[in-house]
Formats: sequence, C-alpha cells, structure tokens
Amino acid sequence: MNTLKKYFREILQYPSAVVGSVMILLLVAVSVYALVTIPYEKALQLWRGGEDVWYANPQYAPPAWMNFFSDKDLPVSFKLHSRDAGENQSVTKEVVLGEQNTSRTFITYTFDFNYDEFPQEMALLFNTTYEVKQPFVSILWATPDGREIRVGDFGVSKKMTYRISQDTKLQRRLGGLPPIQGLFADPNAQTPVPFKGTYQLLINGVSFEQDSHIEAEFVFYGQVYGLAGTDHLRRDLMVALLYGAPIALAFGLLAALGTSVLTMIIAATGAYYGGWVDELIQRITEVNLVLPFLAILIMVGTFYDRSIWTILGVTILLSIFTGAIKSYRAIFMQVKESAYIEAARAYGASSGRVIFRYLIPRMIPLLIPGLVSAVPAFVFLEASLAVLGLGDPSLPTWGKIINDAWLNAALYKGYYYWILEPAILLMITGLGFAMVGYSLDRVFNPRLRGL
Amino acid sequence: MPVSKLMRIQDLKLHFRSAAGVVQAVDGVDLDLFYNDAIVILGESGCGKTSFARAILRLLPRNVEAYTGKVLMNGNDLMGLSDEAFRREVRWVKMSMVPQAAMNALNPVLRVGDQVSEPLIVHAGASRETALKSAREMFQRVGVPVDFMNRYAFELSGGMRQRVAIAMALVTVPELVILDEPTSALDVLTQANIFNLLKRIKQDFDMSFVLITHDIATSSELAERVAIMYAGQIVEVSDATRFFSAPLHPYSQKLMASVPRLRGNQELEFIPGNPPSLIGIGQGCRFAPRCEFRFEKCDQDPPVINREGRLVKCWLYAEG
Repeated sequence: MNTLKKYFREILQYPSAVVGSVMILLLVAVSVYALVTIPYEKALQLWRGGEDVWYANPQYAPPAWMNFFSDKDLPVSFKLHSRDAGENQSVTKEVVLGEQNTSRTFITYTFDFNYDEFPQEMALLFNTTYEVKQPFVSILWATPDGREIRVGDFGVSKKMTYRISQDTKLQRRLGGLPPIQGLFADPNAQTPVPFKGTYQLLINGVSFEQDSHIEAEFVFYGQVYGLAGTDHLRRDLMVALLYGAPIALAFGLLAALGTSVLTMIIAATGAYYGGWVDELIQRITEVNLVLPFLAILIMVGTFYDRSIWTILGVTILLSIFTGAIKSYRAIFMQVKESAYIEAARAYGASSGRVIFRYLIPRMIPLLIPGLVSAVPAFVFLEASLAVLGLGDPSLPTWGKIINDAWLNAALYKGYYYWILEPAILLMITGLGFAMVGYSLDRVFNPRLRGL
Repeated sequence: MPVSKLMRIQDLKLHFRSAAGVVQAVDGVDLDLFYNDAIVILGESGCGKTSFARAILRLLPRNVEAYTGKVLMNGNDLMGLSDEAFRREVRWVKMSMVPQAAMNALNPVLRVGDQVSEPLIVHAGASRETALKSAREMFQRVGVPVDFMNRYAFELSGGMRQRVAIAMALVTVPELVILDEPTSALDVLTQANIFNLLKRIKQDFDMSFVLITHDIATSSELAERVAIMYAGQIVEVSDATRFFSAPLHPYSQKLMASVPRLRGNQELEFIPGNPPSLIGIGQGCRFAPRCEFRFEKCDQDPPVINREGRLVKCWLYAEG
C-alpha cells in the first residue's frame, strides 16, 4: 500500500501525468454518465431508430454553440406541441363547441425569431381523432410587423405531416420565393433577409363530430442543433459521442490488458521451460509477425462477424505473439538465472509458482507503462476498422460517426463538426493515455529519467 | 559421537557437458552422514563442492552429461524418484539448503516474511496465516526482529538477509540442511554470530548440517567431522578433533599448513601448482602432480583406507 502511495506521489510530480490523468478521468466520467443515462438497449434503439425517433431534428445541423464563433446567428431548433398548452406560455389552445356536434379549435404558437439566417424547415404534425369526417384546418402566419399570411387550408387525416417548404401553392402566393424564406423575409429588403421579431402561427380548425379532436405539433427545424449537432439521419450526434466513450475505453483497455498479460505469461512460460516449448512459441511468433494483421481483421469482419467482441477477440489473439514476446523473453531469460529463482526451485516451488510468483512480478514495472500506452493504439484500431466500414453495425462508436461523415462527404460539403467531434475525442483519448503512459514509464524505469 | 546413518552416498557422479569436453565435477563420491551430524566439506574453489551439494539436492543445470550413483536417505534410494516426486517429497521436506550467495537468494518482490513461509505453503499446504505464524517463530529463533517480516530483501543488511535465508531453510524442519558457503560475503563478526546461531539451532532441532566452505578457520567452529574434497573426489573423512590436530592426506596436511595460527611461530606454507582441470582426468591419484610424497603407486587410483575410523584415499596408508 505504501509503495503504491509512493508511486502515486511520484507520478503526480509529472505535469503531463496529471493532465493525462485528468483527460482519462474525464473520459471515464463521460462513460459512466453515458451508461447511466442511456442504457445499452436504449442506446442501440436511439442509434438505429431513424425518422420515428429523430423526426424533430434538423438534418446536417452543426452544434448550437457554433453561434458563439460566427457573427451570424443561426436559428436554433425547437418544437411546440398543442398538448402542452397551458403549461407552455408559447402555445395556446382553445376549443369552442358549436351546433350539431361541430367544434372549432384555435391553436396559436408564438415564438421569437432573432436570427440572421432562415430556418431549414418548418412542419406541422397533426394528430386528429374522428370517425368519418375529417376535420378541416386553415393556417395563418402572423409576422412581427402585423402582416397576416394565409399559409394553407386543408382537411386533416388522422396522422399527417404538413411541411411548409413543400407547399407549392404557398410558394406561388409568396411571389415565387421558397415558402420558408417568404414567411420570414423582410418585405422591404431587395434580397431575402430574415425579419426579426415575434412570429405567430395560428391554426383554425373545424371538426364535425362529437369526439373529433385536433392536436398539432409545430416543429421548427433550425440551422443548428444541440451540443453536438446532427447527421444525415437527423440523429443527435451526442448519443454516439457519449456512448462511444465507454465502448472505446472498454475495447482499448480489454485489448491492451488481454494482450499484454497473455503475452507476458506466454513469454515467461517459454523462457522458463525452454526447450521445445520455447521453440514453439518463438516459431509461432515469427510466423505471426509476418501475417498481415489488418488484412486478417478485414477478412474476419467481411466474411465472419462484425460484432465488436469478435473483433476484440481476434485482435487480442493476433496481438499476443508479437515482438513484445521476444523482448519479454529476453528479460525473462536473464531473470530466470537469478539466484532467487534457483532458491525457489530448491525449496520445491512448482514451475507454475515460479512463473507467477517469481518471474512475472519482476516484469510488472515494465508491463504497466506498456499497457497504458497500448490502450490508445487499440482505440484507434477500433476506430480505423469502423472508418473502413468494418465497425460493429449496431453500436454507436466514434469510428462509426467518422465513417458516416465520410460516406456523406461531410468535409466536401463543409460539415466539419461531423468529423472533428469524434476526431477530437479520439485525440484526447490517445493523448491522455500516452501522457500517463510515458510518465509511468519514467517512474517505473528510473534509468530513462536522464534522457 | 553420531552413530546411526541418516544418509549414505555411494559413487555419486555428476558430469557436465562443456565446449572443452566433459567436466567431471563430482566424480565418484562416497560419504556417510549421521543423525545430528555436522560435517564440513572443505576444498579449494573449483573442486566440486557446490556441484556435490547440488547433486544431493538434484538441482541440476541443463548441460548434465552423467548423473549416477546412489543416495540413500533413511534407507530409501532418492535417485530412483522422479523429478516431480523428488520435488514434492525430498526438497525442503527431508533436506533443505542455504544456497551460495544466500543474500541474492531472496525474491526482491516478496516480503521476507512471505518468502520464509513459501516452503510451508508449497509443501505442507499451509494457509498463509499459519505459515506466517511459523515464519514468525523462525524469525525469532534466527534472531531477526519480527517486524522485519514486512520488509523486502533489499531493505535488510547482509547479515539479516543471511539469517532470513537460514530461517527459510529451517522453516520446514528438515533432517538435513546443506549450507553452501553461508557466510562468504559477510564480515568476520557477523560470520561468528551466524556460526553460533547455527550451532544452537543444530542442538535445538536435532538436525544434520553439511557445511560447504573453503574457510577452514571459521568452519572449525561448527565442524564435528571434516571431509576434504579435491578434484571432484573426497580424499579424507575424519572427526574434527583428530583432523585439526593431525590431518592424514598430504593435501590435507598442506591445506592445514596454509592456515595462520594464533599461537606458535609456524611459517605459512602454500601448495605448489594448481588444482587439476576437471576435464579429462586420467588414472592415478589426482593430487600426485603436486604431492611431495609421490611414488610409483600413485599412478594408479588410490584405495580408500580406514585408519582408526578415519577414511583416507592415499597410497601412503596402504598396507604392504
């Protein structure tokens, strides 16, 4: 315990170790948060959900904080539901009963628009109940300067989405301007410029049956969304960025731990027994060293299974018999001849006991820095496989985001956030583990300090 | 005087392969050990003392050319046991060893308390707690403060480490302990302390000691019997009292003459020449080339002659 404390104090003397530890702790915190707030099943459901889950999000929207960095304020997405009238000040709903079972429904959405750009889209999602006769709605648009624009009049089916940008009649009425621009444009400007102020969307509905009701959700698709932005499927990238952390850490740590521990045990066994055991391990290593690692992984991914656990297993299997086995063996050969190993043999310790209690503990100081430094390599490997299209198809990972971005030509189209966000997280992971790893190396191998 | 036999070693041979040829490190050794015996095996460096110890405990390197002979312990032939059986039933159960350079024989990553209790865990299947308890008693007995049990080997002085190594050899209370130059790296005062300790332990536990050393003066402290080893063979076995007053073998005489004495004005002698290489030894007495009493018969292998209970391998004592 005291030695641990001593090491810990020593590690803290290296600023890089402190910074690296903070980075790793941050990632761990993010992972825990992700796992607690989004259970595994939910994460898969969200990530593969498609339109049903993500209908209210804009497509290809950069994160909302982009507004801080540009002089133009881009509209932020929001949605208002008539169900929330009363709780939400921005929505009002009033139902007036008329003769012969008819009723009139008045829904008003009020919102401030203070942006320099037009929104992507606006939509009304109707949800009505009726037996035979459809309710009828007419929609009005009130601008801050007091103009009223008739948006449309139509009968509403039980579930219906009305997208304002696709209303060609409205486009004609607005003098040929695309409807979204037309509704927000300053009437006095030469080129379409958004007019700032408080807008209102009014729905005036008539139902013709006793139990016929009208509910409508107004979705305002802005140009920016949330903390992380959205992708081509309107998905919130935050889900994958959050959930990618535990997956990346788990993959990296398991692969690094599995590889280095198994490598060490096998190297120790070979060095201790010598003879044909050692020969066999060395020959396997030499063959494995010339096998194309990535090509085998791609083959496994293409022909067998792309599950992250399969890939993890194959990765560990292929990484055990590498150069590390040779360098560990060289050190074990030296340790093996120590007087205390012979003493252990003399008092009758079994071979297993000598290997695990005498040989391997001597290598722990070498193992730990190597293990920590190996973690990012495996995190990057997983991301690289995902970028190559061999990532686990069901899991939201950082590599998968980059893969999606790449397939949708994100950089070409200027969606830098889409690639930079996962890339920065990958870099933080790499940097954090590398900084801690190098500091650990210096603590455990004092001879390196002079370098 | 020891009576019954604990161990009987007959024609024990241990030969190694080397690039230059076969090294006859132990070449036909006969030796009897008794209960509660303390025998010192004396000889120059390179005469096969350590190889002899290893041959008894079957701690063999890889390049063994020949390993033959008989080692009977309480009448059971140890040479017939398989390696695994030997490890389980003999090492540290029947005999243990304080290895040469015992100071390096401690695992640097184990606390010495754990280290000393290891043989108990391995052999008696003891739990860590009971093993530590026995180790604690043994620490007290060999004079290591009990709170040192939680230290690592590098945190102890040389003398303390030596005591720990001895504690480790004693913890399973075997019948025979082989001490291979246990004090070679220590100062004279510590050496004396350790030998006093060993004497006391031998009485307390009723054990037999085989002490391997080239230090004639300090070994006389402990020795009850003396065996002189020369070029892979034992040339004289005698009780200590008679040996130190009058050694029989010419080599023993020369050896004794090379030790400074407190009283008397004797000039120190040396043995001319070098001990023979252990590779490719031919017929005849191995000491003959350096012997001042050499005569024709010395070209043939000398017989072992029993002279009033003392054994000497020399033609000078042959009758007729």
